[in-house]
Amino acid sequence: MPFALLKYGLKDDFPFEKDPDLPLPTDLKRHYDVVIIGAGGHGLATAYYLAKYHGITNVAILEMGYLAGGNMARNTAVIRSNYLTSEGVSFYSESVNMYKGLANEFDFNIMYSRRGQLTLAQSEAAVRGFRQRSEVNKHFDGDTDLIGPDDIRQLVPTLNMNAGGLPVLAGLWHRDGATARHDAIAWGYAKGATQRGVEIHQQTEVTDVIVENGRATGVKTNRGQVNAGVIIQAVAGRSSLLAAKAGFRMPITSYPLQAMVTQPVKPFLDPLVSSPALHCYVQQTGRGEIVLGGGSDPYPLYSTRSTLPMKEEVLTNAVKLFPFMANLRLLRQWGGIADMTSDYSPIMGISPVENYYLDAGWGTWGFKATPIAGKTMAELVASGGIVPDLIKPFSMERFNRFVQVNEMGATAASH
Amino acid sequence: MNESFRFDAPVGTLIKRDKPLIFEFEGKQYQGYEGDTLASALLANGQWMMSRSFKYHRPRGPLTLAGQDANTLVQLGGEPNVLADRQLLTGNEAVFGQNYVGSLENDRDAYMDKLGRFLPVGFYYRSFFRPLGIWDSWEKLIRKKAGLGVADLDFQPEYYDKKYLFHDVAVIGAGAAGLTAALTAANAGAKVILVEENPNLGGALAYHQFTENEFSGELYQRLLMEVEDHKNIEVFLNATCNAWFVDNYLPIIQGKRMYKARVKQCIVATGSLEQHVVFRNNDLPGIVMSSAAERMMALYGIRPGHAAVVLAGNDHALNTALMLKQHDVEVKAVIDMRSEGGDKRVLSALFEQDIPYKAGYTVYEAIGQKKNKHIKAVDVRAIIASGEVGEDSEIIECDMLCMSAGFMPTYQLLCQAGGKLAYDDAQARFRIENLPANLHIAGAVNSIHSLDAVIADGRRAAVNVLNLLSLSTEKPELVECKLKTNFDWPIFKHPKGKDFVDFDEDLQVKDIINSTRIGYRDVQLVKRYSTVGMGPSQGRHSALPTARLIAKATDRSVNETGVTTARPPFAPEKLAHLAGRGFSPTKRTPMHQRHLELGGQMINVGGWQRPAYYGATEQDKTSIYNEVKHVRNHVGIMDVSTLGGIDVRGPDTVEFLNRIYTVNFTKQPINQTRYAMMVNEHGVMSDDGIAARLADDYFYLSATTSGVDRVFRDMKKWNAQWQLDVDIANVTTAFAKINVAGPDARKVLENLTGDIDLSAEAFPYLAYREGHVIGVPARVLRVGFVGELSFEVHVPARFGEALWDALVDAGKPFNLKPFGVSSQRILRLEKGHFLISQDTDGMTHPGEIDMTWALKVNKPFFVGNRSVDIVLAQQQKRKLVAFTLPTSTSKPEEGNLVLKGDAISGNVTSCDYSPTLDSTIGLAYADIDQSRVGQTIPIRVDGGEVVNATIVQRPFYDASEQRQEL
Repeated sequence: MPFALLKYGLKDDFPFEKDPDLPLPTDLKRHYDVVIIGAGGHGLATAYYLAKYHGITNVAILEMGYLAGGNMARNTAVIRSNYLTSEGVSFYSESVNMYKGLANEFDFNIMYSRRGQLTLAQSEAAVRGFRQRSEVNKHFDGDTDLIGPDDIRQLVPTLNMNAGGLPVLAGLWHRDGATARHDAIAWGYAKGATQRGVEIHQQTEVTDVIVENGRATGVKTNRGQVNAGVIIQAVAGRSSLLAAKAGFRMPITSYPLQAMVTQPVKPFLDPLVSSPALHCYVQQTGRGEIVLGGGSDPYPLYSTRSTLPMKEEVLTNAVKLFPFMANLRLLRQWGGIADMTSDYSPIMGISPVENYYLDAGWGTWGFKATPIAGKTMAELVASGGIVPDLIKPFSMERFNRFVQVNEMGATAASH
Repeated sequence: MNESFRFDAPVGTLIKRDKPLIFEFEGKQYQGYEGDTLASALLANGQWMMSRSFKYHRPRGPLTLAGQDANTLVQLGGEPNVLADRQLLTGNEAVFGQNYVGSLENDRDAYMDKLGRFLPVGFYYRSFFRPLGIWDSWEKLIRKKAGLGVADLDFQPEYYDKKYLFHDVAVIGAGAAGLTAALTAANAGAKVILVEENPNLGGALAYHQFTENEFSGELYQRLLMEVEDHKNIEVFLNATCNAWFVDNYLPIIQGKRMYKARVKQCIVATGSLEQHVVFRNNDLPGIVMSSAAERMMALYGIRPGHAAVVLAGNDHALNTALMLKQHDVEVKAVIDMRSEGGDKRVLSALFEQDIPYKAGYTVYEAIGQKKNKHIKAVDVRAIIASGEVGEDSEIIECDMLCMSAGFMPTYQLLCQAGGKLAYDDAQARFRIENLPANLHIAGAVNSIHSLDAVIADGRRAAVNVLNLLSLSTEKPELVECKLKTNFDWPIFKHPKGKDFVDFDEDLQVKDIINSTRIGYRDVQLVKRYSTVGMGPSQGRHSALPTARLIAKATDRSVNETGVTTARPPFAPEKLAHLAGRGFSPTKRTPMHQRHLELGGQMINVGGWQRPAYYGATEQDKTSIYNEVKHVRNHVGIMDVSTLGGIDVRGPDTVEFLNRIYTVNFTKQPINQTRYAMMVNEHGVMSDDGIAARLADDYFYLSATTSGVDRVFRDMKKWNAQWQLDVDIANVTTAFAKINVAGPDARKVLENLTGDIDLSAEAFPYLAYREGHVIGVPARVLRVGFVGELSFEVHVPARFGEALWDALVDAGKPFNLKPFGVSSQRILRLEKGHFLISQDTDGMTHPGEIDMTWALKVNKPFFVGNRSVDIVLAQQQKRKLVAFTLPTSTSKPEEGNLVLKGDAISGNVTSCDYSPTLDSTIGLAYADIDQSRVGQTIPIRVDGGEVVNATIVQRPFYDASEQRQEL
């Protein structure tokens, strides 16, 4: 038993109360240097790095619901960097590296678990694409290989190598693929940020963005008006709706994305396994549950309600991949909203409105980018609007110039 | 323990005493009856402990005996997490408890119970990560403790299927309210399905004694008879309506089938979930809900114990005490938490039976036998304030405890439909509001508990539905029920803990309160931090006490606090039910059988089965190269039926195609083909093919095998906006298509065509002809992907095999051989043709692949026109180049990278050995600065070696384009 727990156990009081993770709610101030809309992973991380690295602490995070209750609460916690483009791999690799040290930085265990991610190639086209991704990854010192059926059998002995009548020809084996306790990441950032003076206001909905002469100056909320030096929007799932309040359009279409989880069983699956051909990915959590997901719903919508057809599709394919799972029981099904861009890359940086910065277009790839998105957004704000190199390729303006960062092939059903 | 706990016949309505069944639990043999569940059969043998709890490995036994808790999750053969109180006994099964090391009786992990104080709520967030890297080791240890049952990794799926149902009305739950609602609706002519989770109809009528209504027995029999005989009611027993999806789309699981019902109106009469009292050791085996004790006696004829204590928060539990007494169970005491006591009529019945009764008291702690394997006694104390007890303690020995703190509506389906829970402080209960118009609610789930009111409410809901179905104009009468069933604060925190709020997750009162004290104040955050409600029973019993505890700890009302979201499914459902038969459809061409006979190695291409090549796999390269050479020198045939085919006709056809494709069709002559290319709205290459003009207003277009469905869909989508007068038909599978290619192609085909002149003059390259081949109508196109004299013959699909056979026969003098996809890919590569989606990617614009010639800008618009203009006006960054390498050099693989200095400048898209040229040839993207003919590009091949390939002109083969025009 670790010493820390022994120490707690021998005290009579609940050990953590003197040092709460989140402070009690306070009143809204009239002015903040920085207002961050959205207390999801990205908003919290941005606030944390603003306070930690740049000494900017007069910061408020406004959240319409509860802390990290949007896509941060709904995603399937896949961390990886095996993307296709140079821009994507550089960006997400940095994120994975940051993740590895977060628990110790926070003094809060995020249960980062490096499991490796295996993506199955069930067509020659997939083999081609995966070879390219592994080569790009290696080019950036990533630990990703194209492996053959024998190696796959060793890694995942329970896998059906002819799932859905599509023989598994090869696999993209990304050793850095990982998972973590998603809530803990949000709480770790929230704790670190509030300890440094950042305020988090839950149940505080931004109803309008105040723009004067092309310059954002504040927001209206259900708790009154707040003036801000700089505003950052980090509201995955509602990005274009909020942007509309600030007076501009975003090249985003929002789709529901569903996931589901089984009852816990004793561990049998270490790697995260995904089959783009069958639109299905599978992982076993630390609690023993199997988390399953697939592609997004086929139509744009802002509803997080579950549907039967998506559940049937994902589970039919899960059983094709792992036939014995037919005998497991599904416990819960839920949905989030994915803000999709046409090139499957995010939109970060400046917006058409001065002092209004964007952290949006996170589709199905937002969770894994949480640390690096927060760090770069904080740099952007602290520098007064100088876009860090790492996120330059993700400017919204790229869509006007048709200079997209295409990650379509690297995103399907792998999240 | 060999004592039988079974009452004499006829007690026990569900069991068939003439049909005994033998089974094993934990390796020991037991006997039950048909009609028993695994749990009831075990209880009949005095076996209460069925599992170990998730975190502390505490002994657990039945709580609800209705499949609503996680305490009875057992391992049934290879199947984990089976609800023992829902699973019917079939005989000869081998059952084990779950979540232990060693045996259920002697769990070597039972010490976890003593470690509790060292494992405060959320302990895993506080430790195990210092120093950096140590978590990796801890995680392995902790992971071993995770999970409940063990999955059988060798299990092979069994036959499960699905069926659709369409009815006027679904009634979910066949208790008094549901039976009445179903009858009322059916009598008025509605077609009704009645879905009941249990093996019997009646709900509480089947086991509860309604002292306030002496005719409940007769009523039950009458309802049963009428429902069972009704022609308009289809009854589903042992069937769970497991979710509510939009527009009353209901998955109903029964046996090995999932019904998918779509109904006009749905009445939810799912009753309520009895709630537990929170006190120390409230999880010991022998402590059950009072309804569970009633079920044991009435349904299964089981004696729940010899000496019982009843802990009551309402009159229901008082009735339980009477029923126990009737069944000769000594009732040591009825402990009523209500200081004002219960209903006078019931109380006087208790006094008549000499049952000791204490009002304003509670059980403060249950005391267990050795190792807490069963309840031994209770510590009873006076309630001096809400949640607080006095010092004086009375120990009452007992071997069972029944409790009822109140009821929670079985709200799951209703909340999935958008229903909201609102807390009524006076009644200390949640009610459900805000339901959609096609969803109705009746009975206990509607917080109506007295039998007469329940029946009236069932009727009211049905009348409501009949109004909506236009089957009745009767005005529904509102039903009210003032009966208070919930005790306000049935939570008694104990300084030593083990006062469980959530049995699934082993969460105690302090765990919930402490979560709020460190900042997790929202009910959603408490759930996420403490894991309350996350277990298999999904908060059925923890939601209410959790809401109360959070409300008090954060100084809010219970209504403001609320409960967490209820999501599908209602009860854990097997993946097999959702997967059903799990079809994996593939498409076969009409000539599929011939390919197999010829030894074709079939591969999946865009959902189709196609031969890659013909011959043994160990000689794949040789076979492929031979097929290539044969086409180049003689003649080959290839099944190209999978190629997409789309007919477009109508007065606006040319206008429509001019908008869809980049090229201009206005001046295309009839009986002529041309290359056609399309880009998407981003100006990215999306598909290409051949367009044959059959008439002024009629085109036949090909599309790529894997792209045709998308192309067809896009055409329909665009025309939904444009409203042009065209008819678009996907005719891909209407035709069997064979490509006859090679210098001898004409000679082979000549003998088979009557009315088509195949001579070079009469049927030149790129022409289209209609006529007959082997006597059947055919579309013949002189096009070729492979760069030789080539004809594509398209005949109605049913003649495909005949055409193939005829070609094989006619080709004998010319040594005709079939060739497959792999060979065709080399042939086209030699000819320098790119393949959409192999040599193009999600960013490829026409300029990058030298296709600007196919952009006819002398028309006002085509899809992607504006984007293409913008992209082409910019400095081009990359280009698709053709390269060669000597065969002595390592061959690049498709997907290898092209480098420029330290940076990635492109990737190899196609690369193969060319048997015709005896060198390695390929296509690759390269930086525009390294794309001139004669330049070399460094390619990093597998293993890291860098080879320098030389850029050459396309095509590699027959640059003068003579052979295809022979």
